[in-house]
Amino acid sequence: MKGKVYKILAAVKDPEIPVLTLEDLGVIRDVNVLNDDEVEVKITPTYTGCPATDVMEEEIRLALFVAGFSKIRITQVISPAWTTDWLSQKGREKLIEYGIAPPVEGQAKTALLEDISVPCPRCGSEDTKMISAFGSTACKALFQCQSCREPFDYFKCHA
Amino acid sequence: MNNKAMLFDYVLHLADNQVIMAQRLSELCGHGPALEQDIAITNISLDLIGQARLLFQYAGKLDGRDEDQLAFLRDVHEFRNVLLVEQPNHDFAHVIVRQYLFDEFNFLNYQALCQSKDEDLAAIATKALMEVKYHRRFSRNWMLRLGDGTAISRQKMQDALNDLWSYPGEFFEMTGGEEILAKAGIAADVASMKPTWLANVTQTVKEASLVIPEGDWHQTGGKKGIHSEHLGHILAEMQFLQRAYPGQTW
Ligand SMILES: [Zn+2]
Repeated sequence: MKGKVYKILAAVKDPEIPVLTLEDLGVIRDVNVLNDDEVEVKITPTYTGCPATDVMEEEIRLALFVAGFSKIRITQVISPAWTTDWLSQKGREKLIEYGIAPPVEGQAKTALLEDISVPCPRCGSEDTKMISAFGSTACKALFQCQSCREPFDYFKCHA
Repeated sequence: MNNKAMLFDYVLHLADNQVIMAQRLSELCGHGPALEQDIAITNISLDLIGQARLLFQYAGKLDGRDEDQLAFLRDVHEFRNVLLVEQPNHDFAHVIVRQYLFDEFNFLNYQALCQSKDEDLAAIATKALMEVKYHRRFSRNWMLRLGDGTAISRQKMQDALNDLWSYPGEFFEMTGGEEILAKAGIAADVASMKPTWLANVTQTVKEASLVIPEGDWHQTGGKKGIHSEHLGHILAEMQFLQRAYPGQTW
């Protein structure tokens, strides 16, 4: 039963980056099936002010309701805090395909946006520059590729 | 005052700092000097609203009111934010200087709170600190760019710094309850942060070719509920909907 619920949740999409599922984002912390029609879901918000969190909760509710649960409790767990390290490998690949550069890994992630090299998700060139530290959503910065000249979003490190 | 009331007051102070700063910044949504700055300021505002929500939700657990009641149904004298965050936007130089002075403090304060013995506060601070790092980077870069820019931008930045310099002193004042909570390892010991804050700010101000204004005197009152005339105007706008249509939700 728990596995079934997990599968349903895993397929719910991030409302702002619809190629990612909640599983890719790594926001599902725990599932407790309390009864045949009662379930508790624990999720960790990505950014404190992210409006997508409320929409995600509604979509979880809807998916579970359709699956036959009538009593759905969603609890936010803020500790340990979500970090971009929780993005799955599959999620990172989907981001590149979608045209968003995934957060850099390793040592560089503590450097914020200074001195990091973000490869262009379109042509792979390392010759890119930051246009704006804040982008279209709370999680993104705006970059431009110097080789193919395309602007692109970068999923900022949060750690 | 018992421990619970002291903690409530303290959490409310933290929440009020974020929500009033956020409300001020939100006034610039659609009015930023350029598209990128407009988006940046709005994003920072949104982060601070998110942080305020977590803090209000926690305060509400101690008090029984919900986050909306705490944000929208308290009057001026019940707000505990520092006076700096309610100061008007005036011009972009004032926005940046105000933000930078606040970000340097917010960063140190959250950093200390990550070690709080209160698990809820530590969890909120850990999350918030990740965001404030980006805010501080933004405001610091603009301090440097405008301070070290043209003669006009430098003059505007110096004027803003002179205007706002009497406010940050209040960051480091502690109420009686805060001192007790700090001794218990729950609240941050803000008084001890002043030298680090001043060293960081002095470094940036110098790098920006600006001058730290003279004088040690500072404004005070916000943490005790005594505010400048500006807060009433902010609340009139921020609270309008809940006052006119009580209990409305999205
Ligand atoms: Zn490219």
